[in-house]
Amino acid sequence: MERTQQHRQVAHMRQSLFDQGLLDEQFVQLEELQDDANPNFVEEVVTLFYRDSARLVLNIDQALDKSPLDFSKLDSYMHQFKGSASSIGAKKVKSECTLFREYCKAGNGEGCMKTFQQLKKDYAVLRKKLETYFQMARQVGPVETACRRK
Amino acid sequence: MRGKGSSSSKISTLIVDDDPIIRRIHKVLLTKVGLETQVVENGKKAVDLYHSGASFDLILMDLEMAIMDGPKATKELRAMGVQSMIVGVTARDLEVEKQMFMASGLNDCYVKPLTTDTVTALVKKLKKDN
Repeated sequence: MERTQQHRQVAHMRQSLFDQGLLDEQFVQLEELQDDANPNFVEEVVTLFYRDSARLVLNIDQALDKSPLDFSKLDSYMHQFKGSASSIGAKKVKSECTLFREYCKAGNGEGCMKTFQQLKKDYAVLRKKLETYFQMARQVGPVETACRRK
Repeated sequence: MRGKGSSSSKISTLIVDDDPIIRRIHKVLLTKVGLETQVVENGKKAVDLYHSGASFDLILMDLEMAIMDGPKATKELRAMGVQSMIVGVTARDLEVEKQMFMASGLNDCYVKPLTTDTVTALVKKLKKDN
């Protein structure tokens, strides 16, 4: 019974990530690729995302420190970042990337800086929540195939 | 059309992308659907593979890559007489950018990452064309 309760907790935690607008359908696509041949595929891809995007976050931070701002460079970095965020289904982070790029196109440096501060917060929050989710999921063991978000 | 690089009856694919996340996702996706896969990080490596005699049934070609981008690599492959199905994959979703990429010689172009449904449809098309 306790195991069922734990599974329910993991499922609830997973669902909350969608309900809070943090994840989208792409995350479900990753879950569907996870199988016996790649049992930790989702966690692996998320880990790869955070590892790879750290460099981009640093690049953007450094570019935002320069004066005058090179909006073309900032947009290019953020395009890459957005692509990676899309790949793991990071919905909220992705929408902030889009907003940042709009500010770049408008040449609005303040808008870029504010948006990037928020993006970094949400990026960190998502990381923490996913780490907790993966840890819980590992503890309870495999569940039946992930059900799609309703 | 069996790739010379393929040692089995499986459809052979080449993933050309500078994004390690996309390379990983597409490799697992294509393998799961039953395809043989090889992975390179830029267009030049794809062209070099063909120069060395390799061939693939399907190439997934990213748009933006350092050293040699997707359009340039696609043009070079077509100029070499490569008739493999080349499908562009890009994070850019503006129609004009996709059209520009298509004009380099692609068979089709999709926003990345690909889905299982898209890959299944591509495989169906490949089998039908052969």
